[in-house]
Formats: sequence, structure tokens, C-alpha cells
Amino acid sequence: MTARTRWLDYVLLAGGVWLAWVLLFQWAGPEALSPPGATLRRAGEYLASATFWPHAAATAVAFAYACLIALTGGLALGFALGAHRLAGQVGEPILSSLYSIPKITLYPVILLVFGLGISAKVAFGALHGFFPVALFTIGALKNTSPVLIKTARVLRLAPLATARTVLLPAALPEIVTGLRIGFSATLLGTLIGELFASDRGLGFMLIRAMEAHKVLDIMALTLLLFGFATAANMLLLAVERRLHRR
Amino acid sequence: MTRVRALQLVLVGGAVVVLELLCRAGIIDRFTMIPPSEMLLALAHVVGTEPWFWPDVSYTLGNLGAAIALSVAGGFLIGLLVHALPRLRRVLDPIFTSYYAVPTFVLYPLLIVFFGIGPASLIVLGALFGIVAMIVATVTAIDRVPRVLLKVARVSRLGPVRTALLMKLPAASPHLMTGLRLAVAYSVIGVIAGEFILSTEGVGRRVALAYNNFDNQTMYALLVLILGFAIVVNAVLGSLEQALHRRWYRS
Repeated sequence: MTARTRWLDYVLLAGGVWLAWVLLFQWAGPEALSPPGATLRRAGEYLASATFWPHAAATAVAFAYACLIALTGGLALGFALGAHRLAGQVGEPILSSLYSIPKITLYPVILLVFGLGISAKVAFGALHGFFPVALFTIGALKNTSPVLIKTARVLRLAPLATARTVLLPAALPEIVTGLRIGFSATLLGTLIGELFASDRGLGFMLIRAMEAHKVLDIMALTLLLFGFATAANMLLLAVERRLHRR
Repeated sequence: MTRVRALQLVLVGGAVVVLELLCRAGIIDRFTMIPPSEMLLALAHVVGTEPWFWPDVSYTLGNLGAAIALSVAGGFLIGLLVHALPRLRRVLDPIFTSYYAVPTFVLYPLLIVFFGIGPASLIVLGALFGIVAMIVATVTAIDRVPRVLLKVARVSRLGPVRTALLMKLPAASPHLMTGLRLAVAYSVIGVIAGEFILSTEGVGRRVALAYNNFDNQTMYALLVLILGFAIVVNAVLGSLEQALHRRWYRS
């Protein structure tokens, strides 16, 4: 598959999405959907406007804090449980049960505990991202080939040296997968937190557009968010593929 | 294994007891959280006395069932299509992986304009949440069918239909089960989130009402119910999934 056919594929996909969008718009009408051209223009206006960037910055700050908590916390717990067999057996099912609960139902609790503001957003984001990172890290360490661990023992590596030179490189690709999924989940959690519990940020802009029923604004903001999430994801996916190939 | 179970019980039970003590001692005040024992009593009260309980539960479960059916059936069919067209698959891949980073329910108001306030909007929202997990799982499932099984099918001169039914489908079943479990989990989120935001009936709407009225008893009772339901369903589907994995990939 050459690079040219790949670009052709993307162009075809964009064309297909555009066509489906236009048809859906024709069918549903302007009350439910905005046409693609106008939505793109609105998204462009957002990017050029002065009011957009403070909101984007507020989201970025909350997202950065949430990511920091979710990723470091998830990695720490993942390593602790993954390195110890019994701890892993006990902890993993509990973590995966907690991961499976619909965390959106906890938003009233988060609001009651943290109040309106940045801490609620950060808590909600971290709550979403923490579990996948921890679970993927445990899985990655558990799946490390026993031969590698035996080799480390034969070479008489100290526990810390084993972790650094054997376990981490062997488990890294899967850990990066976990980080990517944790990244997405944290972004989702932060935005949900902003929807329900905030007075600034992109999620807040969205809920305001929802309440005022500005279809064009909802679609344009969603498009921007989806674009950002997809771009970040593709970047992480490229890193992940490179690590997997090694 | 029993030792693991016992440790899990001690851990979870210990966490609940600590929470209970923190609430009773007033370190966590009553406006933030009520003690876990009171949550259970409140749940019993709600189930036993509130006339809205069963109608609202059946409303939510009905929508949930329809959303799951739609996302599983639709996701399976789309997954087959995407797998059959590798170029389409490579282009869609980044969209699938970043799908769950965007709060899909911002489209809920648009769905309401489309379908009106009622079951249809909630079902479509739940299905939109679940379908991508099922698509991805279906594609993975077909990828993972061992080549040797296809060779066996060819050696046994099975036609394409019988190859699909007798070889591919059973061998793909563990990963399809993963898809089903995820689709259920995501559909629950979609339906409950929709009810939170705007709905005339349903358990999610009851939680939002209780929250707005500072009725912590009812709110925590319903939260315990929803979380317990999600955990039990996930555990049952998860153990089915593991049984299928063991059956097909004994290693």
C-alpha cells in the first residue's frame, strides 16, 4: 500500500462523511443538525475568536492535572499489583469491577464532595483515567515472558535493576496502550465534569450551547473536540506501533 | 483461590466499614454522604414503598435492552463489513480508537429534536455508546480466528456458510463476548446519562431529581442499585467470557 493510496483513502473517507452528513442534514433539517460547511466555518470562527481560548485553556489545565493524577497513580498501583502475584490476583478483579461501573452516575457524589470548580473536574477526569492505566499495567507485567524474569534472576539483578532493565522494556508497549486509553478516558471524564460542574471550559461552552439549543455551536464544538481527540490518539497510536515493532 | 477470595472480601468489606465509621463519626458530613448501612435501608424503603420504583426501573431496563440489542446486532454487522474492507478499516481505525474520548451525549439534545423526548432518543443514545465497542471487538474476533481452523474447513470441504457457522463463529465467540460485555457497559452509561440530562421517566431521572431536592437518602439508594447492577452484570458476562476463552484458547 503506497502513501498515495493511503491519502486517497482519507480523501474518500472525508468525502463519504461529508456526503452522509449532507444527506442526513437534508433528512433531519436545520432543527436537529447543522450543515457541514457552516459547522466547519463556525469551528474556524471559534479558533479565531478571543473568547474561545480562555475556555480551552481552563479545560487544558484541568485535563493536565487529571492526566497527571490518573497516569502516575495508575502506573504506581499497576506496578505494585503487577509485580506481586497475590496482590495482583486480589486486586485486579476489584479494579476491573470498579472500571466497569458507569462513572457518570457518580457525578452527584463528586459534586457533593468537591463542589463546583476545577477540583471536581480534575477528580472526575482522574476517576475515568486511573482504572484503565492500572489494569493495563497489571496485564502488561503479568504477560511478561517467564524466560526474561528467569534470565534476570540468573544474572542476579537487584529488584530495582530488574524492573528498570527487564520488566519495563518488556511491558512498555502494552503499558503505552494503557496510557493511550487512559488519556482518552481522562479527557472524557474532564469534559463530563465540565458539562455538569463548571463555570468555564469547553464542556461548559457545550452545555451552554445545549441549553440554548444552538445546534451549530454544539456541532462545531463537538467537531473540534473530536478533531483534537483523534489527533492526539493518532500520535499516541504511532508511538505505540513503533514500540510494538521493536 | 479461596485465599484470594477471602482477601478480596476483607479488602472490600474493610473499605465499606471504614466508610461507615467515617460517616458515623461525622468526618464525612451527612450532606455529602450517608453511611453505607443507611444506603441499604433507604434502598429497601424505596423498593418497598415508592410507587414510582418498578415503573421507572422497567422503563430504564426496557430502553437498556433495546439499546444493547441495537448496538450488538448493528456493531456485529458493521464489524463484518469493516473487516471485509481492509482499506476502509485502516481509515476508520483512528476514529474508532478516539471515539470514546468524546462525550457522545452532547448529541443528545439533537437526538431529542429528532426523535422527541422518550424511549427512542434514549435507545439511540445508548446504542451510539455501545456500537463502536462491538464493531472493534468483531473485527478483532475475526482477526483472531486461528488459520489452522480455516485450513481444516478447507480440507473438510465445508462451504462458505458452514465454514462461517461451524468454524469462524465459535472460534470468534470469546472476543465477541468481550464486545458484548463492553457494549452492555457503554449502553448503560448512555441510557443513564440521557435520563440524567433530560427525561420524563427512568432511574437516571430519579437520581437527578433526588440530587436537585437534596434527598440524599433516595439518591444514594438508587446509586447503590445502579452500581450494584452494573457490577453484577459485568461480573456475570466477564465469567462467561473467561469460560469461552478457556474453551477455545487452552494454553
